Amino acid sequence: MSGPNGKKMSSLEHMNVVITGHVDHGKSTVIGRLMADTGSLPEGKLDQVKASCARNSKPFEYAFLLDALKDEQSQGITIDSARVFFKTKKRHYIIIDAPGHIEFLKNMVTGAARAEAAFLTIDAAEGVQENSRRHGYLLSMLGIKQMCVLVNKMDLVDYDQKVYKSVVRKYTRFLKNINMENVKFIPVSGMEGDNIASMSKNMPWWKGDTVLTLIDKFKKEKAPVDLPFRMPVQDVYKFTAMGDSRRIIAGTISTGTLKLGDELVFYPSGKKSKVAGIEQFNGDPPETVPSGAATGFTMSEQIYTKRGDLVVRAGEKPPQTGNVMRVNLFWLGREPFVRDKEYILKTGTERVRMKLFDTIKVIDASNLNSDGMKKMVERHDVADCVLSTKRPIAFDLVEDFPQTSRFVIVDGYEIAGGGIIREVIRDNKANYRDRVMDRNLKWDTSDIPRESRSETYGHAPSLILVGGPEDKRKAAFAKTIEKKMFAEGNKVYYLGVQNVLAGLDSDMEIKRHQTYPEDREEMVRHLAELANILLDAGIILVATVSGLTYDEQEMFRTSVSPETVRTVWVGNTDGLEVEADYVITDVGEASEHLESVMKMLKTKGIGK
Amino acid sequence: MDQLSQLESLGVHILREAYANFRNLCMLWSIGKDSTVLLWLARKAFYGHVPFPLVHIDTHYKIPEMIEYRDRLTREWKLPMVYGENKAALEAKQTYPDGNVDRINCCRLLKAEALKNTLNGSWPRYRFNHEADEYQVDKDTEAYTGVIVGVRSDEEGSRSKERYFSPRDTENAWDVGDQPPEFWNQFKTDFAPGTHVRIHPLLDWTETNIWEYIEREGIPTVSLYYDQGEGIRYRSLGCGPCTHPVESDAKNVRDIIVELQSGKFANIAERSGRAQDKEDGGGLETLRREGYM
Ligand SMILES: Nc1nc2c(ncn2[C@@H]2O[C@H](COP(=O)(O)OP(=O)(O)O)[C@@H](O)[C@H]2O)c(=O)[nH]1
Repeated sequence: MSGPNGKKMSSLEHMNVVITGHVDHGKSTVIGRLMADTGSLPEGKLDQVKASCARNSKPFEYAFLLDALKDEQSQGITIDSARVFFKTKKRHYIIIDAPGHIEFLKNMVTGAARAEAAFLTIDAAEGVQENSRRHGYLLSMLGIKQMCVLVNKMDLVDYDQKVYKSVVRKYTRFLKNINMENVKFIPVSGMEGDNIASMSKNMPWWKGDTVLTLIDKFKKEKAPVDLPFRMPVQDVYKFTAMGDSRRIIAGTISTGTLKLGDELVFYPSGKKSKVAGIEQFNGDPPETVPSGAATGFTMSEQIYTKRGDLVVRAGEKPPQTGNVMRVNLFWLGREPFVRDKEYILKTGTERVRMKLFDTIKVIDASNLNSDGMKKMVERHDVADCVLSTKRPIAFDLVEDFPQTSRFVIVDGYEIAGGGIIREVIRDNKANYRDRVMDRNLKWDTSDIPRESRSETYGHAPSLILVGGPEDKRKAAFAKTIEKKMFAEGNKVYYLGVQNVLAGLDSDMEIKRHQTYPEDREEMVRHLAELANILLDAGIILVATVSGLTYDEQEMFRTSVSPETVRTVWVGNTDGLEVEADYVITDVGEASEHLESVMKMLKTKGIGK
Repeated sequence: MDQLSQLESLGVHILREAYANFRNLCMLWSIGKDSTVLLWLARKAFYGHVPFPLVHIDTHYKIPEMIEYRDRLTREWKLPMVYGENKAALEAKQTYPDGNVDRINCCRLLKAEALKNTLNGSWPRYRFNHEADEYQVDKDTEAYTGVIVGVRSDEEGSRSKERYFSPRDTENAWDVGDQPPEFWNQFKTDFAPGTHVRIHPLLDWTETNIWEYIEREGIPTVSLYYDQGEGIRYRSLGCGPCTHPVESDAKNVRDIIVELQSGKFANIAERSGRAQDKEDGGGLETLRREGYM
């Protein structure tokens, strides 16, 4: 953020402004003119370019100034192809001009996401074009709240107020459709300099701003320090090998302020703890940290959390959790966004496999014509669709907290799309998730940290589910796993469904093959809750569940999250819908697989 | 937050993203002020630790103070220090001006080639063993897939088009025309086998920001940056034969900031003291494509 005048930038305010618009509607001309008329060019540059045009007998263009200035970059001066530096009495500006033709939109999105305000040029003679709309739409999705439309080339339409008004009317109608409000308009001529740096004599009817007066009216976005607290967990640091025993939860604060002693809740698990100390490498540790800061803190209770979790303050509006969500997105990838293909979704620091579940509306952003039948999202389309992630994640809705509602989609190795989450769609597992979250919120954590138990026991807690069709030999096999692990010095415990049925579930009328679905669900829930308690006690639990379904497996995962769950399937795989880590099709030969099962468990980090 | 704190926070955030996403990560440390600020940011991000190797390409033509300073900080801060070099070119005297190649080729061999082969692990790396207090051949020869570099976009033209996370292909080449989109602090952390990603936490910093931050944090820098009484100092550091001091009586960080803001350097590019930038029009751009920084 520098330039010839930029050397003293630190003392003045800074602002990034992006300029967009349909090709040839005059972005470069407007910028060149703005530079020239505010004396922001290196001395003699204007004359030099004019002279060179005259020599080559081509008409002078203000847009050439930008090209000419590129040569000066190596001297660190004023401009480069992507960023133009200039200043007013009030501020230093970087005008981000997204260059490139083929990859224009990728550059524009990148540039605009770094800007606090936007200019968009529309040719008064040509009127609103495809990219005038597309860029407007993208700016709104990117979260740009301040925008000014420059109705350019007014000289070509005889500075006619009617033409100006008609462009304003048309474009305003479009903006209304995409919920973009408070957009300003200025009639200008980049070529003639009307209303760029000074009021136009050719448009006496115009009493509003010039580009120069308007730019200073853009407001600096206030850091969202007063909003509820949100911080995606970026990492959990424990540099034990380097002689440091602190366990530091690191992340950058999205909104709100972190305070020493705050009670925090970690989503999607809903586990809670207090801020014991805010950590800092040098200097006195602060008591509060504002939004935007990259920070880290230690906790009073050592609950398990990991990268991707969303931290909020207890008592403030909780985030959403779920794995099906309705979103608005834009697509930049060469390959279209289609169903039945796996992608990666990244939001905050979370990263999860996902699929396109349904397209509700695919909009050709250039004309806002929507196609309700289109089942894929093509490059440069904008769409309203439903995504499903492989496991539940925590996020906010755009209407609550835009920062934490944003996501990108990775296709292969590339970021191919981005969007905002508008709504969470509750699936059938949502109720159970809520109950677990509620339980975790109310959990009275012991003073012995989870790590201490693991250190003393020599292993982390985990759950080994043994599923498969009804068969006594399945339980027998599970017990051999228990025995083997026990012999190796693990704190391990076998729990069969029978044990639960006989005790905890004795009030339920469960008979073999006659379990009502609600009862079965309740039974599995009991088992899952028990598993959570045993894992909290630091134990490796081996549990058998006949006919384990995918939903039930999910229930266990939700309950003990984020501890490890591994599943061994024993028996006929006809009814297999769970994700199994090991499958033994022939129950009779189960014992022969013991060694390999143990090996698998070990490689997955279970046991000593 | 003030501007320096914002720059610092984004830098720390980027370093942490890199650390979370790349298994074979390293940071280039040229000993200069920018990469030393970067090193400082790493210590901030990881609370005094640097959890990935610092890689220095030793041309053996560096000004001696630079290497002394490197090894002093390595010991003091217990840094995981690694260096690489182009042994063959040095032995064959493919150097400038005392050898038999021109300036640009010397740069290409001692910097670009050495960098490429050190990063991909095909040439030996020398790692500082703190117990033995000496450099030893590093057993780790795996290619680094994430390389953190302290470039700033105001340094010269081509860098303004950079991303914070910028992919490089197997040949270390950089496709300026087709860059990944980068928004909302979501970066390109997925990459095809054989390719790697350059990570640029200092992209938005200016030369003045660097010095202001050095002043604010009290970061130790090489004495070569300051006038020692002879009225000259280095503004940018490189190899002895091709880096020339500028006339200046700035004796400390504050003097440098004042000089940058109002003094004679306000309109002169930082790298003007580096000869290879001038040799051919796009010299740096060429070297850059080949991976030199
Ligand atoms: N008559 C007239 N022509 C203009 C004006 N602004 C730009 N142009 C012309 O429109 C063409 C495209 O302008 P340019 O600034 O390169 O557009 P960009 O593609 O948006 O950067 C050039 O030939 C300019 O001379 C204007 O205000 N009036």
